[in-house]
Amino acid sequence: MGYRLSKDGLNAVLAEFSRHYKLYAPHRFPYQGEHSDTDSIRYAEVKTVDEIELGEKSSHTFKEALIPISETLFFFTEDNIKESDPVHTGAIIFLRSCDLHAVKRLDEIYLNNGADDYYYKRLRNNVKFVLLGCSSPFENCFCVDMGTNIINEYDASLDVRDGQYYVDCKASDWNSLFQNHAEEILDVVPSHVDKTPTRVSLPDTNTIDTVTVIKSSMWDEYDSRCIACGRCNCSCPTCTCFTMQDIFYTDNGRVGERRRVWASCMVDKFTDVAGGGSYRNRYGERMRFKVLHKVVDFKQRFGYQMCVGCGRCDDVCPEYISFSHAVNKLSKLSKEGRKQ
Amino acid sequence: MDINTKNLKKNAFRVTKVRGYTASRVRIPGGHLNAEILEKVADIARKYGNGTVHITSRQGFEIPGIPFELIPKINEELQPIIDMLEINQPVRGEGYSASGTRNIVACIGNRVCPYACYDTTAFAKRIEKAVFPHDLHFKIALTGCPNDCAKVRMHDFGIMGMTMPVYDPSRCVSCGACEKYCRRKSVQAIEMVNERPVRNEEKCIGCGECVLNCPTRAWTRGEGADKRYRLTLFGRTGKRNPRLGEDFIKWVDEDSIIKIILNTYDYVAKYIDKDAPGGKEHIGYIVDRTGFEEYKKWALKGVNLPPGAVVYNPLYWKGIKYTEMTL
Repeated sequence: MGYRLSKDGLNAVLAEFSRHYKLYAPHRFPYQGEHSDTDSIRYAEVKTVDEIELGEKSSHTFKEALIPISETLFFFTEDNIKESDPVHTGAIIFLRSCDLHAVKRLDEIYLNNGADDYYYKRLRNNVKFVLLGCSSPFENCFCVDMGTNIINEYDASLDVRDGQYYVDCKASDWNSLFQNHAEEILDVVPSHVDKTPTRVSLPDTNTIDTVTVIKSSMWDEYDSRCIACGRCNCSCPTCTCFTMQDIFYTDNGRVGERRRVWASCMVDKFTDVAGGGSYRNRYGERMRFKVLHKVVDFKQRFGYQMCVGCGRCDDVCPEYISFSHAVNKLSKLSKEGRKQ
Repeated sequence: MDINTKNLKKNAFRVTKVRGYTASRVRIPGGHLNAEILEKVADIARKYGNGTVHITSRQGFEIPGIPFELIPKINEELQPIIDMLEINQPVRGEGYSASGTRNIVACIGNRVCPYACYDTTAFAKRIEKAVFPHDLHFKIALTGCPNDCAKVRMHDFGIMGMTMPVYDPSRCVSCGACEKYCRRKSVQAIEMVNERPVRNEEKCIGCGECVLNCPTRAWTRGEGADKRYRLTLFGRTGKRNPRLGEDFIKWVDEDSIIKIILNTYDYVAKYIDKDAPGGKEHIGYIVDRTGFEEYKKWALKGVNLPPGAVVYNPLYWKGIKYTEMTL
C-alpha cells in the first residue's frame, strides 16, 4: 500500500516505531568532518525525520547497526564469562538501494557461509528496512552497472517531494499505522536511478586469467599512490572482516573483555600471522587483493558481485584513488589477456 | 616641494628613495581578496605609478612610482578597494587613516587548506574591525594550525588554530593512524593502550593530525563552532633583539584574544617611550622594561577566559641580543 504523509504524520509513525525499535538513518553531524568547519554524514540513531539526512550520501554506512565497529562479545573474570548485551534488540534501518543490496552480502558471509555468526544473528534477527529512494545519482555512484539500483524487497520505502513524504509499505503489520497518519492513499513506487555518470565495466569472472592479472604491472602505481589508511574499507557496506582483541583491564589484569573490531585489508598488520610472517606488504598488492575480492573472488564463490557500486570508497579516498577506475583497468586487462 | 612626511606615512604612503615619488600601501586584512581588487590595483599602478606592484611581506600591495601630487587622486581611486574590503575609515575618500597597526596577516586557512583549524581570513577581518585604524605599531598574524606557515611567532600577537580532539572508542578500529601521524608529524602525544589511543592532554598541541587521519570519525573536532587558539606574544624581527613569540595562552577563544589585544593598546599608550624614534617602539621592548607581570595585569583586565584555557606563567623570551654580543 502507498501513502502520502505530512512531516507531522511521518514523525508520528516514527514515534510509534521508536517504541519498539531503534531507528538508524544517515544523519548530519555538524563540524564533525575530517576538516574544520565541515560536517560528517554517517549513521546515527534518530527519532524524527528532520534528523535524517536525505540530501547527501553518507560517508559511512548502515553496516554499523549490524556489525558494530567495535563490539564487546563477552567479559571475563577469573572463573566466569558474561556475554555482552546486544546494542539493540530490534532496529529499523533507513538505507538506499545499493546498501540494501549490501545486506544480502553481509548475510551471505555471516549466516550462509558455514555456521551462523551468533553475534551477527542477534542483531540481524529483528531488523526491518526502509528503502530511501534515489531521484538522482551522487558523485561516484555506479549502482546501475552493478545491478543494485533497484530492489523490491523492503519493509517500506521513503521518498520526499515538495515537503511531502511518499511511502510504499510492504510490511503488512505497518499498514494500519501508516493509514492512520496518511494524508492520502495512493500508489507509490520508490524512485531509483537508471543511469550514473560513473560507468563500470566488469571483468568476466569465468574467463579471467588470474595469473596474468596478479602479475600485471597495473597495480604498481598504487604502491606509491595509496597511503594504506583504510578509509575505503571503513566506508564500504560490504566489507566484513574483523579482528579479535582480548583486553585485560589495567586496574586488574585478571579480568577483561573480548571484543571484535573491524579490520581493513589495506591497513598494516592485516596479513600478519603467527611466527612473524606478513604478506601483501606493498600497497599495490593490497589494492589488487581488495579489487579482485570485490569483483572476482566473491562472484566466483557465491555467484553474484560483492561490490554494490555505492562509490563511497572513491568518495572518501584522500589520495583520489578510484576503485571504479581500477575495475575498468582490470576489465580492459582481462579482455586483452584473452585475446592473446 | 613641501610635504608633511608624518601625515603622508599616516595616510599609508611612503617616502621612497626616489625623490618626489611615493608608494601607496594597500592593506588586505587576512590576505584573501576578490580578484576585482587585483584589477583595481593594476589600474592604479598603470595609470599613476610606474606600472609595477610589489606584493608586500605583510600581504598587502605597494604601488610605487606615484608622484606626490597625485596622492588625493590615488585616495579617490583606493575608495572602492577600501569599500570592498570593509576597512574602517573615519572620512570617506581620504584613503587610509592610519598605518601604525599593520595589515593583519593570515595563512590561507580552512577556505582552502585541509590542515587549517579555522577560517583565518574571517578572524583576521574581525580583528581588523576591532583594532584599525590605530597609529601604534602593532603586528598581528594568524595561522591555521601549528605548522605556522604564516610565521606568527615573529609577530606581536601570533594566533594559531587549535583543534580539540574528541575520541569515541565505540568507533575505533585500532588502525593506529592517529598514533602514527602524531608520532611522525607532530608531538607524540598519543600512545596505544589496550589497542586504543590515549591522548596526553598536556602534550597535545591541537594540530588535528589524529582527526585528519582517522578513517572512522572516532576522532572528531570537539570545538565545533567555538574555535580555540594558541596565542603567542611579542615575537619580533629587527635590529636589536629579534626573537620568537612565546606561548601566552592555549585553548583561548576569539573574544578573549580581541580583548587582550585591545587592552594592550591601553598598556602601550601608558608605557611607550615618549621619545621613541618616529613614535614607534615594538611592544616587546616595552614589556622588557615594565616586566611581564605588569603587562599581564593590563592584558587580562576584564578578560573572561573560557573553560579549558591554559595561561602560561612565567614567560621568558630568548632570541639574539646584538647589544650584548661579544665575538
